[in-house]
Amino acid sequence: MTAAGSAQLDGGFEVSRRGVGLAVRDLRVETTAGSAVVVDEIAFDVAPGEVFGLVGESGSGKTTIGLALLGHTRRGLRITGGEVLLNGRSVFAASPRELRSLRGSEIAYVPQDPASALHPLRRVRTQVSAGLRAHRSGSDVDSRVAEVLDEVGLPSDREMLRRLPHELSGGQQQRVALAMAFVCRPSVIVLDEPTTGLDVTIQRRVLETVRTLCSAYGVAAVYVSHDLAVIANLASSVAVLYAGRVVEYGPSKLVFSSPVHPYTRGLLESVPLADRRKTLHGIPGRVPRPGQRPRGCAFAPRCVARTESCLASPPASCQVGTRLVRCIHAEELLHQHSASHPGSATTTSTAGRADGSPGRGSLAAELAAPADPQEGPQAESASAPAPQDQPRLTIRRLTASYGEVQVLAEVDLSLARNESIAVVGESGAGKTTLAQCIVGLHTRWSGEIDLDGLALSKQATRRDRESLRKIQYIFQNPYLSLNPRKTILETITAPMQHFFSWSGAEALERAAEALRSVSLEPDNLYRYPDQLSGGERQRVAIARALAAQPTVLVCDEITSALDVSVQAAIVELLVRLRQEQQLSLVFITHNLALVRNVAEVCVVLSAGRIVEAGRVEDVLERPTDPYTAELVANIPSLFREGVGAR
Amino acid sequence: MNPVVGLARRRGVGRTGRSQGVLWRAAKTSRGAFGLVLSGAIVVLAAVGPLVSPHSATAFVAQPFAHPDASNLLGGDILGRDVLSRVLNGGWVLLIMAFLATVVGVGVGAMAGIVAAYVRGVGDGAIMRTVDVILAFPQLVFALLLVSVVGAKLWLIVVAVGISHAPQVARVLRAAAMDVAERPFVKAMELNGVRARTIVWREMLPNLTTPVTVEFGLRLTYSIVVMAGLAFLGFGQAPPAPNWGYMISENRIGLVENPWAVVVPALLIALLTVGVNMFGDAVARVSMGAAGRKGELAVASTSIGAMEPPAFLSADGPHSLQPAARNDVPG
Repeated sequence: MTAAGSAQLDGGFEVSRRGVGLAVRDLRVETTAGSAVVVDEIAFDVAPGEVFGLVGESGSGKTTIGLALLGHTRRGLRITGGEVLLNGRSVFAASPRELRSLRGSEIAYVPQDPASALHPLRRVRTQVSAGLRAHRSGSDVDSRVAEVLDEVGLPSDREMLRRLPHELSGGQQQRVALAMAFVCRPSVIVLDEPTTGLDVTIQRRVLETVRTLCSAYGVAAVYVSHDLAVIANLASSVAVLYAGRVVEYGPSKLVFSSPVHPYTRGLLESVPLADRRKTLHGIPGRVPRPGQRPRGCAFAPRCVARTESCLASPPASCQVGTRLVRCIHAEELLHQHSASHPGSATTTSTAGRADGSPGRGSLAAELAAPADPQEGPQAESASAPAPQDQPRLTIRRLTASYGEVQVLAEVDLSLARNESIAVVGESGAGKTTLAQCIVGLHTRWSGEIDLDGLALSKQATRRDRESLRKIQYIFQNPYLSLNPRKTILETITAPMQHFFSWSGAEALERAAEALRSVSLEPDNLYRYPDQLSGGERQRVAIARALAAQPTVLVCDEITSALDVSVQAAIVELLVRLRQEQQLSLVFITHNLALVRNVAEVCVVLSAGRIVEAGRVEDVLERPTDPYTAELVANIPSLFREGVGAR
Repeated sequence: MNPVVGLARRRGVGRTGRSQGVLWRAAKTSRGAFGLVLSGAIVVLAAVGPLVSPHSATAFVAQPFAHPDASNLLGGDILGRDVLSRVLNGGWVLLIMAFLATVVGVGVGAMAGIVAAYVRGVGDGAIMRTVDVILAFPQLVFALLLVSVVGAKLWLIVVAVGISHAPQVARVLRAAAMDVAERPFVKAMELNGVRARTIVWREMLPNLTTPVTVEFGLRLTYSIVVMAGLAFLGFGQAPPAPNWGYMISENRIGLVENPWAVVVPALLIALLTVGVNMFGDAVARVSMGAAGRKGELAVASTSIGAMEPPAFLSADGPHSLQPAARNDVPG
């Protein structure tokens, strides 16, 4: 499709009628109650062997489209228009019987969460062969199952065939799900965020498998994801979704290197990069819900390039070079783009930025990594903290366990005033346990944790009020960390009343101030959490933590439940607050790309041990530990192969 | 004036658009509305009855078991008193006692369950083993035991019936509260060193109103039946005070002569329990639907799952008096 370019965009219908692959025309899905439009005017083509990326944030309708390609909708939705052509045959015109024979054999679906998509009581052989038995009766089932397991990179020995889903790792489960989709050699495959929830190393390998399989067997793949970097690496063409419509559609290299639509630009400015430091810019506002979308351009209320005419009527797609852009200002934006690249204005090279970070000389040196002997002597030689520069938080030989299982071993860490440490690692590395030991939620540990030179008790309830106040914890999921039955005012003033006995007008005033400091309007004080978006809730959670006037903030994966544009805004906020309030930060994340934006020091945890610790630039650019090196190499990047470096 | 303080005046403005309470939403379902109207009508009858009764409830105005006529619309009872007047006068004490017993039972049981869930460990063990011991007594037998030892005092009957409810309520609420106790917002308060009592009252209880409401409805049904059953057995207001339960008992020998003296009070008790149960059922259904919504706590489903022990384990006898009351909330 990249080669055919615009010709195919115009005449794709004819091309697909004649040829093979997938063609979608004017697809429209509405809610059954109220007929609110969920997705509309969706049109794209996928040629055999091509991977097509469908990218959007939560609520953009990407899963709805993915399912509609198979003629399916979730409960409460219905397909009300358009056409999906599968090798020239209409999916929507198919009878239920024909549809059943199409699904699985011609077009297959890989769901997001393999752990819940696999039948927990069926062995691998039964799971994978189910499709064959349904569609290819009589063929040699066993040999095809063995073949497809080979193709997806799983051993096809008896032992693997006999395993149950819970005996497989997350990556293996996803490969089994892939095998189930590929087993009948479909010509089209829809992958709905199949690597979400997998660690980067496994994600990379699964993605390579998908790419190889699609090109080797000429499968047209639709890859649905919220992760721009994954799509940039995998897809040859991409459609960016916003509020149920495609806002930008074209070759993925072009879309990601020189985006035209303001939303695409905003998204790209929100994505943190592992290989260089850049200032993140979130997109203010939130995605309108179906039925509440504005009359004009759905993005207009959040758009920086908005004019009066944007609000009048929904813009049509217009062709800009080889792309379709749904914006009435597309032409101007394109020219403006060639004059100044929005990314280059905010993106600076690593070399130029290495000294720009606010860290001080001894930061990295204060870290000792006993698991890595090379790091030790170097660290000791440089560490000579001045007495007044006593670290706020010191962790010595922290060993923690859950029952019999040791999850942290001999962890040493030191956090200075106004310093920020990022703790990274894959799932199961002990990151959250470390955070919970610091705040006193996990109590089965030995070693020492000192706050301002005073030893902390293991359990939060045994700690004194001052040390409880000074360390505040922000939880991962803002949908669970706020009491749904309390107003924002009650939530924020609770720590104020508790620690400072402020109440009445004083507490109200300070709560309003706290909300303003996290960039929320004070009129949110009388709302309940369910009236706020995920990003707004996380801001409230931060405001609650700040209400106690802490010195140390422990952030446990605080952006992982949020969309990338919201994540950028939260990170921005955190960086600003840290400077304003002289906070020390422990930032726990699995997302290495984020680390540059929040921390000076990076600690890499693997299986409960610190395998590498040092300045963020050093760890990300010159990793000494093989584990770290692998981790860094596997981060999906928007601009791999120098696509965006101009 | 400070503009922020001025905001306080607008309290409630932000509430617009917020989902309505579970009771209100239950009342809008057909099942809930029917239950509410049914039980409401009988409550009104019992409350207004004494004001509109044509005769005194204790006056002898007819022949024993007289057939209905113009002056005695439902005929006479065993001693020749007006059945209609006794029906109109005989409900309110029963209803108040049932309500109070439910308040006592759900109050004590819910607190025990929530505290047990929050403290865990030894405290949890102590509370729940006590609950198990009380649960070992069949519900009606426990009440009978207390009443026969101390005497048929009304307050004692209320307390006895209430205490006999508490163990089941405690179990349900403990299961629901265990879930809430692990929520991050509770942890956040713990990390600030907030006292346990404040956490239970301010953080946990407001998130358990739905299972408490559902339990209240269910226990109210049982209370009515148990109260009527006790009155039937003679443990209630002393004769000649009118009481629906006792009316069934005293008039059953004249069932052929004047069936209304038995049928009307029995029917009222039955309809009341059906109505209360239907409304409770509607609340449970509505809250289960709500639990699926984003951000809402899924406590309702927990409470439904843990609602009742299997029938062969629940030895509380009074259900056999009123099969309608056994119409359990489907899980």
